[in-house]
Amino acid sequence: MSLLAEVSALDSASSDAAVSEKAAVTESAPVSDSALDTESAKAPLVSLSALTKSFGDLPVLKGIDLEVRPGEVVSIIGRSGSGKSTLLRCINQLEQHDGGAIHVAGKLLDGSEMDAAALAQDVGMVFQSFNLFPHKRVGENVMLAPMLVKGVARDVAEREAREMLAKVGLGEKFDAWPSQLSGGQQQRVAIARALAMHPKVLLCDEITSALDPELVGDVLKVLEQLKREGMTLILVTHEMNFARDVGDRVIFMHQGRVHESGDPATLFANPATEELRQFLGAVL
Amino acid sequence: MNYLPDFPRLLPYLPDLMAGLMTTVWLTALTTTLGILGAVMCVWQRHRAPTSLFSRLLGMLVELLRNTPFIVQLFFIFFGLPALGLSLSAEMAAVIAMTLNLAAYSSEILRAGVDATGRGQWEAGRALGLTRWQSYRHVVLMPALERMYPALTSQCVIVMLGSAVVSQISVADLTFAANFIQSRTFLSFESYVVTAGMYLLLAIAMRALLNRIGRRLFGFRHLTPAPRRRLSSHVLKEAHS
Repeated sequence: MSLLAEVSALDSASSDAAVSEKAAVTESAPVSDSALDTESAKAPLVSLSALTKSFGDLPVLKGIDLEVRPGEVVSIIGRSGSGKSTLLRCINQLEQHDGGAIHVAGKLLDGSEMDAAALAQDVGMVFQSFNLFPHKRVGENVMLAPMLVKGVARDVAEREAREMLAKVGLGEKFDAWPSQLSGGQQQRVAIARALAMHPKVLLCDEITSALDPELVGDVLKVLEQLKREGMTLILVTHEMNFARDVGDRVIFMHQGRVHESGDPATLFANPATEELRQFLGAVL
Repeated sequence: MNYLPDFPRLLPYLPDLMAGLMTTVWLTALTTTLGILGAVMCVWQRHRAPTSLFSRLLGMLVELLRNTPFIVQLFFIFFGLPALGLSLSAEMAAVIAMTLNLAAYSSEILRAGVDATGRGQWEAGRALGLTRWQSYRHVVLMPALERMYPALTSQCVIVMLGSAVVSQISVADLTFAANFIQSRTFLSFESYVVTAGMYLLLAIAMRALLNRIGRRLFGFRHLTPAPRRRLSSHVLKEAHS
């Protein structure tokens, strides 16, 4: 008995110590946190330098330099074949770049399979064709990656999934199958699924191009809301209105290079190059 | 042609037939489970590292098993392997032969299903941080199985029917019982009519069971239809109103 009591006393003593240690840490945390915040606000979240990529003999990216700061909404526009999607896919390493450097949240990507899990927690992606998992219910689609990749417990993952789905306006669809949803709803589920990993930046690859026109607005509204919440967005898009009204910066790509970039209002009103003028004339 | 069938004389042998039936049932249940699992792993290995030595050897083994008679495979395992110092009981040899045979055929079926899975599913898994194995296991496998389920069901039934051959190495299955009764009573017609009827019922029951399992596993009715791609100019005019 006495031994047991002693042990439990020891236990509580050590856990007391742990608690007070934790308290000390949390007390000092805010200071260092905010210091970090201002630091990272200055540092680019995504930084590409001299990025090159070829498919066989075909050079697709011919030296891209780009920096995206936290909270920025950057729209990438250009003709098909100009390298927009490839650029996006290099950032989360769905394509491996040939030359140059990519930094995400200060970390250099060297293309190793090993850091795919780590990268997925910094970079989320939404695809043109949604790519929901057809055999999993909507809620399970959202819960899968946090549980498998981060080891989040099922009940925690479920609570978060419901939260994320509510955020994209689909709180009541938790138990639906993807095939029961409209395209716009599926795409919003895909956004919720990406957000469930709490990425620092969300890549959107023509996410409204496969949608019926009347469904596009719902998806764009979600993006606007994300911007208000401070999410960093890099979008390959044909939504010129969205790029102009919501975007902070527009990148016009042409033949594998950043041909022109700047703030949307100026760029759309006064394109500096003939190529952009032609492109805008074709799409607007 | 004035032979009068005498089915009642088979009645004393009903226990033998039932025992044989049970052997066929457990052999089939065990080998379909192991065979499908083997196919799932074989497809994974060949997908993961298609050019590795192990994958090439697996590919050769699959072709060997698909292009030689089952009875020869069975005899090789039961009569041939002891020469290499590997003696197996008849039941063990039957389980191994049937499992390998089903795994070989169904791995080709499943591989077609996996190949038919869009790249987008793999990419979605990867973009979420899943490893390739996790993507295979949690994302690609079930829709691939669903797509190929009718073909897999047929293959499992074929293996059950093909298991009749194991009577040739003295496994006491349903066909073994029929042969035994026939040699005791000379009621060939009656023995094989009854046995054929039992195989038929077993096959029907097996299909019904597998269909039921299929409905359970693949509750999602339809795969996501491919999204329609619209001309971007259409989208532009309507969008962001």
